[in-house]
Amino acid sequence: MEYLNLFVRSIFIENMIFAYFLGMCSYLAVSKTIKTAVGLGAAVIFVLTITVPINFLLDQYLLMPGALKWLSPEYANIDLSFLSFIMFIAVIASMVQLVEMVVEKFAPTLYSNLGIFLPLIAVNCAILGGSLFMQQKAFGAVTEAITYGLGSGIGWFLAIIAIAAIREKIAYSNVPGPLKGLGITFLICGLMAIGFMSFMGIKI
Amino acid sequence: MTKDKNIVSEEREKKKKEMILFLSDSKEKEHFLSKNNRKLLSDPLNDDNPITVQVLGICSALAITVQLEPAIVMAIAVTAVLAFSNMIVSLIRNLIPNRIRIIVQLVIVASLVVLVDQILKAYAYDVSKQLSVFVGLIITNCIIMGRLEAFALANGVYKSFLDGIGNAAGYGLILIIVAFFRELLGAGKLFGFEVLGHRAATAAESTGLYSLGYENNGLMLLSPMALIVVGILIWAQRSRNRKLIEQN
Repeated sequence: MEYLNLFVRSIFIENMIFAYFLGMCSYLAVSKTIKTAVGLGAAVIFVLTITVPINFLLDQYLLMPGALKWLSPEYANIDLSFLSFIMFIAVIASMVQLVEMVVEKFAPTLYSNLGIFLPLIAVNCAILGGSLFMQQKAFGAVTEAITYGLGSGIGWFLAIIAIAAIREKIAYSNVPGPLKGLGITFLICGLMAIGFMSFMGIKI
Repeated sequence: MTKDKNIVSEEREKKKKEMILFLSDSKEKEHFLSKNNRKLLSDPLNDDNPITVQVLGICSALAITVQLEPAIVMAIAVTAVLAFSNMIVSLIRNLIPNRIRIIVQLVIVASLVVLVDQILKAYAYDVSKQLSVFVGLIITNCIIMGRLEAFALANGVYKSFLDGIGNAAGYGLILIIVAFFRELLGAGKLFGFEVLGHRAATAAESTGLYSLGYENNGLMLLSPMALIVVGILIWAQRSRNRKLIEQN
């Protein structure tokens, strides 16, 4: 049941938005309507599920201290972890480029709906953050990395859907002038984060 | 004789002006602390603040403001990366092919962040452990990519440098304000020094405010309060500065 535990933990307890605030910029910018929120959320799930395992393999067989022993035993002392940032970002940027080409070919309406936000995923903190947290957690197998990537993506998706739904409804409320738009979104987000804290004590 | 001298010195003045136009990027020679340049430094502090107005750089602003010291170290790190990456991209802005623009920018910023990370690990190890992944996340900090796209690709080197410093100062200001309130109200400390008195097991043994029964607000140290503090900051800023209120 380790996988189920990891999956549920990465969706609710270590939620990318509410616990670590990753991906806030596009989260705040795209959550004005549910349609755009769904599109961006789906793209984030897809990119996270693909890049976290690839970066895990990269880390395992290339970057970790002592990772190069499969090449030859004399390389066991090399530590290339200082290259992690550049390698992870390169992998993410290329994967996003690939996803963009695939979406353009097979789902052109979705492509035109997403507009600028698809290439913007490359610089979304949530994607790089997912890979960096994966490196910190030191998983044992690729399947754990896949579960973690999928769970983080779904958590982000849930968060953006929820706030888009609330923002659509708030348009009909009497928000004071200085709080309109950005201010009230922050306050709502904070209250939702308090709500998500209630998941902290769950044991599976 | 004096007429010839005047003509010669006039020609020399003209040649000097042409040389300055050739070397600088602006249409006329601007003093290096001119009004426009000072505006680049002062606008992001209030009217065009990267966090509260441009909605950039929110992620790290919320996550590392639990204590004042990591917040200040992060502000300095972002200042260094932003100013230098703005300068470098502005220097090569006419040479970057448009299709690979984002990748080139990412590589430049990533290399600067690797440098900053290694320096932090060497000279401020404890703080870098507290900042953990967020130093790496400076690469995807929206402020850096945002200013590169919006300013450095279209403006000269000195102005880009000033713009970088100005935006980083605006970012740092918000970071320090949020961290100040969170550390003070959540732990009663500033920079690790207990400023509200020392808290012992009972009110009688405590000093300062704690002897009156005051308790720290533990919720301030958790993530939701960062969002609420920034929301209140935005409220306060827009109440004073009416033109920032969103119109729809």
